[in-house]
Amino acid sequence: MSATALSVDGISFTYPDGHRVLDALSLDVDHGERIALLGPNGAGKTTFALHLNGILELQAGAVTVDGIELVDRNLGEIRRKVGMVFQNADDQLFMPTVREDVAFGPANLGLRGDDLDARVDGALRSVDAEALADRAPHHLSGGEKRRVAIATVLAMEPAVLVLDEPTSGLDPAGRRELADLLDSLTLTQLVITHDLPFALELCPRSVVLSDGRVVADGDTADLLDDAELLAANRLELPFGFDPRAARDRPDDEVSA
Amino acid sequence: MSAGHTARLYVPGDSPLHRLAPEAKLVAVIAFVIAVAVTPREAVPAFAIDAAIVIVAMAVAGFGPRLVLVRLAVVLPFITFAFLIPFIAGGEQVEVLGVSLSREGLWGTWNIIAKAALGASASLLLAGTTPIPEILSGLGRLRVPPVLVAIVSFMFRYLDVIVDEMRLMRTAMTARGHDPRWLWQAKPIASSAGALFVRSYERGERVHASMLARGFTGTMPQLEQRRATGREWAAAAVVPTIALCAAIGGIILT
Repeated sequence: MSATALSVDGISFTYPDGHRVLDALSLDVDHGERIALLGPNGAGKTTFALHLNGILELQAGAVTVDGIELVDRNLGEIRRKVGMVFQNADDQLFMPTVREDVAFGPANLGLRGDDLDARVDGALRSVDAEALADRAPHHLSGGEKRRVAIATVLAMEPAVLVLDEPTSGLDPAGRRELADLLDSLTLTQLVITHDLPFALELCPRSVVLSDGRVVADGDTADLLDDAELLAANRLELPFGFDPRAARDRPDDEVSA
Repeated sequence: MSAGHTARLYVPGDSPLHRLAPEAKLVAVIAFVIAVAVTPREAVPAFAIDAAIVIVAMAVAGFGPRLVLVRLAVVLPFITFAFLIPFIAGGEQVEVLGVSLSREGLWGTWNIIAKAALGASASLLLAGTTPIPEILSGLGRLRVPPVLVAIVSFMFRYLDVIVDEMRLMRTAMTARGHDPRWLWQAKPIASSAGALFVRSYERGERVHASMLARGFTGTMPQLEQRRATGREWAAAAVVPTIALCAAIGGIILT
């Protein structure tokens, strides 16, 4: 086990049309840490995520996951270690049944027979979706799709879970269930979101991304308490939301 | 989300036909359709036997006559032209209700309608008793190349999603007063078809990215599943065997 679960060192990315999305971005995430990546639309959050498992090729800088460097020959290993939950679950669930979808990843890793079944059952159980196993993914509700999408990734036993806007399109109850689910998972998590209360509830640490750079990195409650920082980066708390009060609530699980 | 257009053909149930392995059903249906197709049109008793098998199978599957007739209506547009044949075909003429019709043409009409109805009934039995994922896994076990099975599977998976997108676009157009009645008003429809294509293409790219993220290397993983037993093959073989015997009998006797 290496010192950090995820280490990003000075990555930059420019689209073919010259639009620069990431600008020498660096970030270290410790093992077991749950960290929020905050930023407005267009800040480069999704582009950043697509670099973590080599979907987008590195143009500059380096990415290391659990001690393994992201280079072509390690691509398979990196993709196993980085579990990516995409923003739109319809893009992630493409097999005819939930069970086959969850089996897709581990089957690509070479698992077969009983080992594969055990892996699939375990992943479905950890998101409380065993009852959905034989359903067709496109007949599920938004919250169910999100849970199954997480199961498809957990089935690969990743070292880091990367979630891109996990709360988008969920109703408040679905959002609550998702928070409980993520809280119950002990692996390292990077939660990309502009849902600030969600970040505060789940992630002790946050980084703010703006114009492809990390402009703030620290205790989530401290960052959300900084009205100037939020305003400068197009981040908004819901009306009437007080991050201090929310964190200091005695029954709250958030700890700095 | 829609209720699923592609899942509508399946009639939930637990009959022996529902439980039969999909690959056995697929082969049985294809063999039955071939047997019907080669049956000479004059062999009316052979068609009666085929129809009897189909009716028995539908009773076993628990399909009501109403359901079957509604679904069989699908073939109507394809066979309407068959009704024209007796009027335009030449040869020996017969008088029916005062109208002069071609004997040859009448046989032609009968041939098309009987075979189309039997073939369509067999396929609706397959589709009604087998969910699409099972048909796909059955195709896989029949050694259909995995890439073809994957293409069909993706088509079914995303058909609903794309149809929903199309409906949303149509609703958005209607909401802003678009009410096309004439051909020259079709431009927004054409451009929305273009937009739909681009959206689907982009979705394809995102799906591919998510497949790569889960270790996709270019071939779909083959998952082992329950295979058809000898008994299931034997049971499924009964239907096409009877139809084939009827066809051979028809060929010999006519």
